[in-house]
Amino acid sequence: MKPLKFRRKTLALVLLAGMSATASAQMMINGAGATFPYPIYSKWFDEYAKVDPSVRFNYQSIGSGGGQKQILAQTVDFGASDGPMSDENLAKAPGKLLHIPTVAGADVVAYNLPGNPALKFDADTIAGIFLGQIKKWNDPKITTLNPGVSLPDQEIVVVHRSDGSGTTYIWTDYLSKISPEWKSKVGTNTSVNWPTGIGGKGNEGVAGQIKQTPGALGYVELIYAVQNKMPYAEVKNAAGEFVKPNIQSVTAALATADIPEDFRFSITNAPGKDAYPICGATWLLVYEQQKDATKGKKLVEFLKWAVKDGEKMARDLQYAPLPENLQERVLKRIHEIKI
Amino acid sequence: MEIATPPAAASLAPRSAAQAMVPPSRFGDKAFEWLTLAMAMAVVLLVILIGWQLWRGSSLAVQKFGFHFLTTSTWDPVTEQFGALPFIYGTLVSSFIALLIAVPLSVATAVYLTELAPLWIRQPIVSLIEMLAAIPSVILGLWGIFVMIPWLRDYPFPLLKRFFGWTPFFSGPIYGTSMLAGGIIIAIMILPIITSVSREILRSVPNLQREAAYALGATRWEVTRIAVLSYARKGLFGAVILGLGRALGETMAVTMVIGNTPQIAASLFKPGYTLASVIANEFTEATTDIYLQALFEIGLVLFGVTILVNLIAQLLLKTLTTTSTTRAVQ
Repeated sequence: MKPLKFRRKTLALVLLAGMSATASAQMMINGAGATFPYPIYSKWFDEYAKVDPSVRFNYQSIGSGGGQKQILAQTVDFGASDGPMSDENLAKAPGKLLHIPTVAGADVVAYNLPGNPALKFDADTIAGIFLGQIKKWNDPKITTLNPGVSLPDQEIVVVHRSDGSGTTYIWTDYLSKISPEWKSKVGTNTSVNWPTGIGGKGNEGVAGQIKQTPGALGYVELIYAVQNKMPYAEVKNAAGEFVKPNIQSVTAALATADIPEDFRFSITNAPGKDAYPICGATWLLVYEQQKDATKGKKLVEFLKWAVKDGEKMARDLQYAPLPENLQERVLKRIHEIKI
Repeated sequence: MEIATPPAAASLAPRSAAQAMVPPSRFGDKAFEWLTLAMAMAVVLLVILIGWQLWRGSSLAVQKFGFHFLTTSTWDPVTEQFGALPFIYGTLVSSFIALLIAVPLSVATAVYLTELAPLWIRQPIVSLIEMLAAIPSVILGLWGIFVMIPWLRDYPFPLLKRFFGWTPFFSGPIYGTSMLAGGIIIAIMILPIITSVSREILRSVPNLQREAAYALGATRWEVTRIAVLSYARKGLFGAVILGLGRALGETMAVTMVIGNTPQIAASLFKPGYTLASVIANEFTEATTDIYLQALFEIGLVLFGVTILVNLIAQLLLKTLTTTSTTRAVQ
């Protein structure tokens, strides 16, 4: 079976190369970029093969930076990024690039304390800890938020991501929104000049570091905290409510955030009452004007399927799907792709 | 051609036989020479191409930051201020710690295996050491996070602090992830290569050396020290340099335990950062040109540091061997 399939694939490639648009057998659509949505994207590509067997997807999860670079260089048919592209990078594109949001996820505040009590944090406290101003677990700012919890006179060991990542982008985007000091001193990026703390590589590195260090506090993707059975905190949102991070509260953030026409949005600190404040979406990047008509048509068909049917698979993989109002707006945008 | 003449002149053999003897073709020799030359040149070319590519990839950053890149310590992708000093420092210090731990261990192991160990135990130990070399870096790193660091934090580090806490090297809070932990994990990774090479070198010491020393009435320790170790000194130094080369470029395992904080601190309990680690960490998500170029320049610096350290080691080796020969002559 396998060699046959492979041969068929190579044949398709040869045909593609030889006769450009008239590939009849199987088409290969190439994409590259973000690692955060990789599990759901590969699930989509698998499922979509049953819907349309004539298309195969090849997705390289090389990171958002690589995804943006490759779509700009037009070496892939679509890119993927955990952060919206900057104006500067968009200006380099040879055509109009569209941002298609797909799913969203949350960063949670995970910690390691004796007895692992349930904790609550607000914006000021989180910013204070990550700026290195709140140094001890029994700091009054933390204890007043958590009456009844006995917090030790222990140093807080701050853990952050050392590798560039969309998780860090969401985290620093949140801190920049709620703390003017953070905005001016550190700013928002996939990796920043951290004022304090130690760096762990990858979600697994940070999770490992927190689990192994008594008194540690850091941020990881929601899925990692759930899978590693780490305690994570409720965070006070813009409406003044303490919210537990989960799929519902992330979708609530998507539903209430202000989303501009070009979909280059940020949903951190969303105004909704049920919205978890530290979350973010991930995007596919496609050109509005597709060069290859046949390929473009197949890509558009896939995108429509992803928004209509693919979104339903998100929950199983711990991603928050787009709320319906946003799904409709995204579908409208996909219709605008010119073939 | 000159070589070809004497046998021809000397031959007094019958003509027919001489005619039948076709002069051997030198084509094979020449072809072999050219082939090996091409191979050797390919390596040189590869090194030059890597250097050139790194230079080309970082030209913008080199222009923008100039010499400051090597002397400043801010690494801020948001404001696009880049300085490599803490990374250079971290690379050198962690490699130095690694050598400090690995060299005595490796050389002692090699001496034991070639000079002292009973024959039946040698092969199992050698196989075990070679297995250590086969462990993937990322596995060692995870082991570092989950096993080594908690243990270091709870036992050896507090001891070090108690006895040497008065020096700046072992002061300050203990988190576990630290420059020292990074050095220790590199030491584990370069142990096998230094041990294997040292063992081969000690094995190649001629037995005559040992026998001569024994004949002079030397004890086992004296034989090992005078006849074996000092004879093999040059080779052992080469083994250490091989290990150092690996230490400087070691990435994954170090990244997972060193703490990844670009700072220059005297205390080895504080987290550090290495050149190779920052590339591995930030390359995939570097979106702006100057950021990417700065990472390329880090690669260039690593390239330069490796060459420089190797050159210094060669020089050291030269002075070492010349002083030892003069001593021998005296």
